[in-house]
Amino acid sequence: MAKRFMSIWFRHLATDWFTLRQPQLRNTAFVLSAPSHGRMMVTATNALAEKQGIHSGMVLADARAIIHGLQVLDDKPELIDRLLKRIAEWCIRFTPFAASDAPAGIILDCTGCAHLWGGEEPYLNNIVNRLKARGYHVRAAIADTIGTAWAIARYGKQACIIHPGQGTEALLSLPPAALRLEAETLERLHKLGLRQINDFIGMPRPALRRRFGGDMITRLNQALALEEEMIQPVQPIEPYQERLPCMEPIVTAAGIETGLQRLLEALCQRLLKEQKGIRLACLKCYRTDGKIEQLQIATSHPSHNVKHLFKLFEIKLPGIEPDPGIELFVLEGLKVEDHFPSQQKLWEARCGLDDIHLSELIDRLAVKAGSHAIIRFLPDEHYLPERSIKQASSLQEQKTTEWKPDKPRPMQLLAIPEIIEVTAPVPDYPPMLFRYQGKLHKIIKADGPERIEQEWWIQEGKRRDYYAVEDEEGHRYWLFRSGHHDEKKTYKWFIHGFFA
Amino acid sequence: MFFNGYPCSYFMESTKAHIIAQLQKDILPLQGFKPVAGHTGFDGGLGLIKHAFPNASFPLGAIHEFFCNGTEDVSASAGFISGILSSIMRSGGVSLWISSSRMIFPPALKSFGLEPDKIIFIFLQTEKEILWAVEEALKCPGIAAVIAQTPEISFTASRRLQLAVEQSRVTGFIIRNNPKNLSTACVTRWKITPLPTLAEDNLPGIGFPRWNIELLRVRNGSPGHWQLEWAAGRFRNIYKSASLQKEQQRKTG
Repeated sequence: MAKRFMSIWFRHLATDWFTLRQPQLRNTAFVLSAPSHGRMMVTATNALAEKQGIHSGMVLADARAIIHGLQVLDDKPELIDRLLKRIAEWCIRFTPFAASDAPAGIILDCTGCAHLWGGEEPYLNNIVNRLKARGYHVRAAIADTIGTAWAIARYGKQACIIHPGQGTEALLSLPPAALRLEAETLERLHKLGLRQINDFIGMPRPALRRRFGGDMITRLNQALALEEEMIQPVQPIEPYQERLPCMEPIVTAAGIETGLQRLLEALCQRLLKEQKGIRLACLKCYRTDGKIEQLQIATSHPSHNVKHLFKLFEIKLPGIEPDPGIELFVLEGLKVEDHFPSQQKLWEARCGLDDIHLSELIDRLAVKAGSHAIIRFLPDEHYLPERSIKQASSLQEQKTTEWKPDKPRPMQLLAIPEIIEVTAPVPDYPPMLFRYQGKLHKIIKADGPERIEQEWWIQEGKRRDYYAVEDEEGHRYWLFRSGHHDEKKTYKWFIHGFFA
Repeated sequence: MFFNGYPCSYFMESTKAHIIAQLQKDILPLQGFKPVAGHTGFDGGLGLIKHAFPNASFPLGAIHEFFCNGTEDVSASAGFISGILSSIMRSGGVSLWISSSRMIFPPALKSFGLEPDKIIFIFLQTEKEILWAVEEALKCPGIAAVIAQTPEISFTASRRLQLAVEQSRVTGFIIRNNPKNLSTACVTRWKITPLPTLAEDNLPGIGFPRWNIELLRVRNGSPGHWQLEWAAGRFRNIYKSASLQKEQQRKTG
């Protein structure tokens, strides 16, 4: 998925914060000041003061000369950093990756998040409006790269959303300062008359590097998505991953097992602390020749039991080919769920379907045979025998309807009923004789018919008249006639099951 | 020689019998017949048949094999096992049914007193896979019983299964259709064949499922054969009524 980033710019972050605290400041021009090199400097201005020509970095005495009776407040060191961190944490409701971008911004990695708000425009408006309602002056932009979003948020004049692939065009008309360059570089560019990014973007890179330094190239590349830029999320998302590099390439089964054991122990210790359990895990073995051997296991219950997980991997371990040797093991929990220790009844040796031993056994069988081979049946509301059961999706799924033991049902049911030859003299009567797999069965006793009609909401096949019959040896079968008993003999007889 | 007025030979006789009985009791656990806690005198719902077993209790935590000749016998064995299983699973628990064919029809288990949704079916292709799965399942202490459908099982494999259940106390049932290998380490060997049913009061139609139960082999017990039917949620011995019926037939015929 193509990356999308959002940059939010707080124009007067510090003064906005003071205004929030002291609402009477709203309609007065004021600045924050701090001592620097033996004189008082302006460190932040509010919108009213800025309108009258005061900007941060000015000497306070000059500012006072411009506005008579300028209100001056003491700046709080580290205020900005704390504020940005708090706002970034608040932004986690919009994306898991929110980072503070000092001195006056927030960066959100909104890849794959915007559709939840109905698109990028409502997403951006939602965030901006909420911040504005709080009392902050903000501008925001969404673009393919952090650099472009940053530039558009601060220097962009048109739309705030740069559609994928149009980042470069949007940058062309912006001043070089939009590239997050250092003051010296900006000054040099200014001196050379390069007022727009358009003026120098086409210049050969070695020439630019020689004149303006490597940093400029990096920033340019980052804005143009030629170089990847990392952000430091406020709440780092640590993957459930453990690594084990090996001093010597490992080729033996014993070595692989030891490696796996160590990784599992480390991972499970962390899971135990966080009350989590693995549902899906992957072991990657990086071979010295660059190939990667992979194993994947799944569990039916979240588990942080080293022994159990090791057993699951152990079944698959022979599939690993360590040919030239393995230099790095990486174990990752791909799907991790909450796992709270449950109390088990001491006095009940068997706990039914919730038993932890059972679910571990099922996991082991599933690893070897595949989860499709393990089936639990639940009753379903259908009359046709083959439809009267359905597969349960999990060990915990409860039946929604009761098993109905009132009608005779055979112990074994043929998946596909087999055609038999019968002798049935009277219509709607059980047959006298039938031949199945070359053997003639003489029917002594019979029960039936039990008519099962096609279900009107499915309408498949013909109606069936089932008979339970017993032959002279005492063997009991379940036969049925498909269709009406008529002169043209359109009906057929089938054997469908074997009674106990 | 006299002791307390009794001849010594009297003591010797009684103590000898006592010692032998005690020794037999001591040997049983060594052979793997450990009584399962809370299940002493458990008969599996089989009534008088329990006297054929060591300690007069149905061997739980053991492997039982069932010989079958054709699909009809498999059905009968499955029915008989379900009947025993219903009394094993009355105290809760889950059973595993491991087979290669998808023939068993769960709703029928309900009429033998089982909750079909408490049975987990495992369908595997090869005999090797089935034996591996059975052994894994039998090692697991959390389940009530394991039913396996596989025609062949070697002596070594059956020994492995027996060792597994001696640890876990899980009961294993193996249904073998058309078996070739006859030497196994299973504790019992059964052959269940269907018998003609008899509807009550000579009504037309089919009566309760009725089987001829042959206990071909039982370690430390006495083999025998019986006729049972499954009626009203339990086994019913029909030996007498069957003989009566024969007599009646003789009289009338």
